[in-house]
Amino acid sequence: MYEIIEKRTLNPTIKLFVVKAPLVARRAEPGQFVMVRIHEKGERIPLTIADYNPGAGTVTIVVQEVGKTTALLGAMEPGDSLPDFLGPLGVPAELPTGGRVMCVGGGVGVAPVYPKAKAMFERGVEVISVIGARTAELLILEEEMRAVSRKLYVTTDDGSKGHHGFVTDIVDRLLREEGSYDEVIAVGPLVMMQAVARVTKPHGVKTWVSLNPIMVDGTGMCGACRVTVGGKTRFCCVDGPMFDGHEVDFEEAIRRARMYQEEETLAREQCRCGGEGYGG
Amino acid sequence: MAVRKTRVPMPEQGSAERIGNFNEVPLGYTAEMAQEEAGRCLQCKNPPCIEGCPVAVQIPQFIAAIKEGDFRRAIRTIKETNNLPAVCGRVCPQEEQCEVRCVLRKKGEPIAIGRLERFAADWEAAEGLAEIEKTGPDKARKVAVIGSGPAGLTVAGDLAKKGYRVTVFEALHAAGGVLVYGIPEFRLPKAIVEREVDYVRKLGAEVLTNVVVGYTLTIDDLKEQGYDAIFLGTGAGLPRFMGIPGENLNGVYSANEFLTRTNLMKSYLFPEYDTPIKCGRRVAVVGGGNVAMDAVRCALRLGAEEAYIVYRRSDEEMPARREEIEHAKEEGVRFRLLTNPKRILGDEKGWVSGMECLQMELGEPDASGRRRPVPIEGSEFVLEVDTVVMALGTRPNPVLPRQIQGLELRSWGGIIADEETGRTSAPGIWAGGDSVTGSATVILAMGAGKKAAADMDRYLRGK
Ligand SMILES: Cc1cc2nc3c(=O)[nH]c(=O)nc-3n(C[C@H](O)[C@H](O)[C@H](O)COP(=O)(O)OP(=O)(O)OC[C@H]3O[C@@H](n4cnc5c(N)ncnc54)[C@H](O)[C@@H]3O)c2cc1C
Ligand code: SF4
Ligand code: FES
Repeated sequence: MYEIIEKRTLNPTIKLFVVKAPLVARRAEPGQFVMVRIHEKGERIPLTIADYNPGAGTVTIVVQEVGKTTALLGAMEPGDSLPDFLGPLGVPAELPTGGRVMCVGGGVGVAPVYPKAKAMFERGVEVISVIGARTAELLILEEEMRAVSRKLYVTTDDGSKGHHGFVTDIVDRLLREEGSYDEVIAVGPLVMMQAVARVTKPHGVKTWVSLNPIMVDGTGMCGACRVTVGGKTRFCCVDGPMFDGHEVDFEEAIRRARMYQEEETLAREQCRCGGEGYGG
Repeated sequence: MAVRKTRVPMPEQGSAERIGNFNEVPLGYTAEMAQEEAGRCLQCKNPPCIEGCPVAVQIPQFIAAIKEGDFRRAIRTIKETNNLPAVCGRVCPQEEQCEVRCVLRKKGEPIAIGRLERFAADWEAAEGLAEIEKTGPDKARKVAVIGSGPAGLTVAGDLAKKGYRVTVFEALHAAGGVLVYGIPEFRLPKAIVEREVDYVRKLGAEVLTNVVVGYTLTIDDLKEQGYDAIFLGTGAGLPRFMGIPGENLNGVYSANEFLTRTNLMKSYLFPEYDTPIKCGRRVAVVGGGNVAMDAVRCALRLGAEEAYIVYRRSDEEMPARREEIEHAKEEGVRFRLLTNPKRILGDEKGWVSGMECLQMELGEPDASGRRRPVPIEGSEFVLEVDTVVMALGTRPNPVLPRQIQGLELRSWGGIIADEETGRTSAPGIWAGGDSVTGSATVILAMGAGKKAAADMDRYLRGK
């Protein structure tokens, strides 16, 4: 069992959990993820490692409530335990040790961007960050990101904070006005990553995205997580989750992400009115 | 009573009823049936049946015990050499191992050795008699077993019995390997696998789930933690796809995913269980092995109205067990033999809408000795399906083996290990089961585990 040590509400639907998982914490690196099951009849879902502390033996995950499992997880409290917490999985991000890197995070995607920005910042990389959300109250980890960025830009779709518009507006402007970025790292909804990759492509800047497809085992055994990158099928859980954004077939990824939409809705409805009350 | 030429039939769930549930299909012998069947055995002096058993179960001895009604002696005899009789009695291909060699086959049907083995194991479980017997004093030496399939469980059981401190590391949240995630409930109830895993635990082995060696812990970590001998029982879990257009459409699964969702995650009980599965009304399973039969029979139980096996060779070459093919036919599975998919077609939303196939004919024998299927030009046709499951075989997952210095692998990824001892080219590391042979059988994985455990014991005693 893996105990929840701490919980923070980042916005009404995004919660941060610090979980006791010493073996995972010991080997975790930025870019990796865990597979989590929250009760004995639960599904296995991938969650990005948002931070880790090998000394304390803890791993931080950030969860947006989008379906039944994430809603139930969101309702759990410190002292509750997760039966299964497997990791760290995936290939660690190959982060540069110098130069200038733009970190772009959209919505809950800011959480996976954070450990990468932090690791690069600590190594002396000039980190310029752009984070966005639909509206000001949904923006997460702003202070954390500011602390590890040379400069931080904020965007909201409705203009309630920072730039009124999308992260891509800022990405485009920075690339045009400042040029000379060594890399862009973008994590967020698929459409956002696709848009960022489109914007960076003409500038010829290496652009990394982090994919989060449907997974079952997370260890390369089932192929549920397959994505097409550079015309080849790759298993995201063992070959990713970071891929070259200019090579990813986003249309396919978006389509595959919708595979279980109906079932997710059904499960969520049943869970609201069913009153089975798993977990916390 | 005249000795019958045919075996005592096994009661089964009728096909109409069973495709509506995931309960076991063959229901097992009663004591009377088992004793009658055991009565047919000739108790051969040089029993050929034993030679066919990869772990050399003393077949006539246990059958004699059943005949006499001494079921306890029967199961103890089996367990001297076979740690997982309830599993083997259900899923071993007896028809090509022990039963095919039975002398009675010359005049009629061979003894139903598998059914009798199952009977003895189920009797023991029902009576709650499983005995924990240690054969050696507790020892200080630590052994790591990676993977909890039949190979790993056998090594763990044998070495724990001898008194070693054994830890099994399993990547998934449940132990059992293919027995829990691949083979469906209606062929091997999961409660039986749990019982076997519990037994290994009771022998003193520790079973840690949620540890994927190579990620959570490395082989070097294990060595530092004082594991003196390491067994790789990691199986062959990497699925293959055909590489044809349309394979990433929504509604195309690997058999591993289809079966894992169904069996390990219990998606047939969705939404009571949280994992969904999208099994359409018309399902094609590509392949002709046991895995394909399991997948297609799951599809029927998940509500498919039409379920097809699409196989590029003919009936004769299908590698699946006859019994499984027969069960599939009884349940209404349609066989499209000498048929090979060319591409999968999708609708405007990216879901499978059909599969274009080619008709094949058999040509010259290939390297495997089977006649090679060759496409008939212009024979394309579309099979209207909304779900496709690829059951084309699996390979060992390369992630862990590649991390181990000095570990030699075959070109297709199999670990090279000595057949008699399980030793690999890396010092202190043994391997066995599907990780060495590629997809094979439960009993071969167990046999390899037995040999490796014996050699690990020799090695540790000499150290
Ligand atoms: C659907 C299906 C039906 C079958 N039907 C039959 C049948 O009827 N009769 C028969 O005899 N055989 C059958 N087989 C084959 C049989 O199941 C296998 O040959 C047998 O299970 C192999 O045993 P194993 O111990 O080598 O590996 P597996 O059973 O594959 O177990 C390997 C285990 O290791 C774990 N693992 C892998 N890598 C790591 C790692 N790095 N760290 C930790 N854990 C790891 C895996 O998660 C898995 O649990 C079937 C196979 C399938 C897929
Ligand atoms: S070969 Fe057949 S008859 Fe002879 S001992 Fe074995 S099971 Fe009995
Ligand atoms: S999640 Fe199963 S292979 Fe990636």
